[in-house]
Formats: sequence, structure tokens, C-alpha cells
Amino acid sequence: MRAIIPASVAGVIFGAGLAMSDMVNPARVLGFLDIAGAWDPTLAFVMGAAVVASAIGYAFSRRLRAPVFGKSFFIPENRRLDSQIIGGAALFGIGWGLVGFCPGPAITGLIYGMWQPWLFVAAMVAGMALQRVISTQRTSDRAAKADA
Amino acid sequence: MLEPLSPVFAIGGGLLIGGAAALLLMLTGRIAGVSGMFATVMRIADAGPPWKLATAFILGLPIGAAITSLLVRRPDIEVKSSMPLLIAAGLLVGFGTRLGNGCTSGHGVCGIGRLSPRSIAATLTFMAAAIATVFITRHVLGA
Repeated sequence: MRAIIPASVAGVIFGAGLAMSDMVNPARVLGFLDIAGAWDPTLAFVMGAAVVASAIGYAFSRRLRAPVFGKSFFIPENRRLDSQIIGGAALFGIGWGLVGFCPGPAITGLIYGMWQPWLFVAAMVAGMALQRVISTQRTSDRAAKADA
Repeated sequence: MLEPLSPVFAIGGGLLIGGAAALLLMLTGRIAGVSGMFATVMRIADAGPPWKLATAFILGLPIGAAITSLLVRRPDIEVKSSMPLLIAAGLLVGFGTRLGNGCTSGHGVCGIGRLSPRSIAATLTFMAAAIATVFITRHVLGA
């Protein structure tokens, strides 16, 4: 797997960016989300710069026939909006707003020797597993109905 | 109220985040979506990148933060949330990001970067839900 080293380099840079920009600090994130309080614009600068850089990378990737260390690009082609993506995003947003952690900063924050990111990440794994159990069950229910 | 962060760190950090996503895409062909990668690492994803690739990326995140502490700055981390709140929020974030197929990185940074309508809708939705949640907890319930 030649892609492992580039993937870890990308992870290191990504984590460095989250730390440098304070996105690992939930108080900073909540300050952005609190538009009725003492609003903190930091997240807007971070997100804006990140989107511009990723858009440039995406534009470049369109000119490549294949990634440098891989056979093909895996880019989601689904453009349909459905209740799952909106419902899922809403649930995620509520959780994000409750404490100010989203997945990247919470995992990155495991390094700082505090218990809170560990507890959050453990609960996040449980939430992910629960979603998988429910979706697998619904798929098999549907298959059972189709068989009947 | 926190001290304002220098825009140099905010914009510089953002460029690193987006640059890392660009690098991952161009070198490996994968979208830098943290929730999906992490689900793959935990072996609770049905689809996604190879396990080794996802694990290399996810392990890189805290390592990058440690290097930043040594070379640039160590961010102050302030978590005021109680234990039950952290658990509830973690469950919601885990469940929601899997149901909605992504989080701030995959939908926000990468999806908006390639103008995906699904990702734009998801980002607007989780931003609105998070802002509403903060408004209710801070200004209505007054916590």
C-alpha cells in the first residue's frame, strides 16, 4: 500500500491545522456558533481558507487521470438530497452545538491529556455503531419484506 | 470570552486543513472526511477507504497537534461541558455523521470545495442546527 505514507502526512498536516487554528478548543468553536453572544469569527476564517485550498486541490485533481499513489479517485457522485442526509446533519449539528466538538477536533484533541475528548470520542463510536445496527436492520427488514 | 486568535493562525490553520485535504485527494484519490475514515478505523463502516489508509490518516491528526505544540503554539482547551452532556453530544455526533454521511471535514471543507449540492445542504443544516442549539442552551435555558 503505497498510499499509507501520503495518507499519514495528510493526517499530520490536517491535525496541525486544527491545532494551529484553535479548532481543537470547543470554547472557540462555541464562540463562533453563539451569534447572539460575543461572536468569535475565527471559525469563519479557518473554514474559508480551508475551502479555498481544498477547492484548488479538487480542481487540480480533475486534471489527473489517477491519483499519484492510487488507481482511481473515489469522489461521491450522489447528488440527490434525501431525508437521511438532512436528518443526519441536523442530529450532528445539535451534538456539535451542545459541546463544541466535531469528529476531527475531538480525535485530534486526544493528545492533550484531558479526559473530555476521550469520553466524547468513546460516545461517538457508540453513536456510529448504533446507527450502523439500525441501518443494517432496516435493510434486512426491507429484504425480508421483498422476499415475502 | 477568549482572547481573539490572530488571523494568521486562523487562516494559516485553515490553509493547512484544506491543503491536507487537497494532498490526500491528489495523492490517494480519497476525500478527507474524518467521520467516515474514523468509522473505517473502528471497523463500523460498510464502505470507505482501505483500513490502513484510514488509520494512517486518523493517527496523523493527534501527531500533527503534538508537533504544532512543539513548534508553533499549544492551544488552550476549555471544555465546560459536564460528563452526561459530553456523552449525549458524542452519541448525536456519531449517529448523525454516519446517517448524514459526513461531518465538518467531508461535507464542509471537501464537499463545498467541489460544490456538491448534498454537501452544501448538509453543511447549511448542521451549521443551522448547531447555532440554534447554542442559542437555546446559552440564551433560552441560560446554561
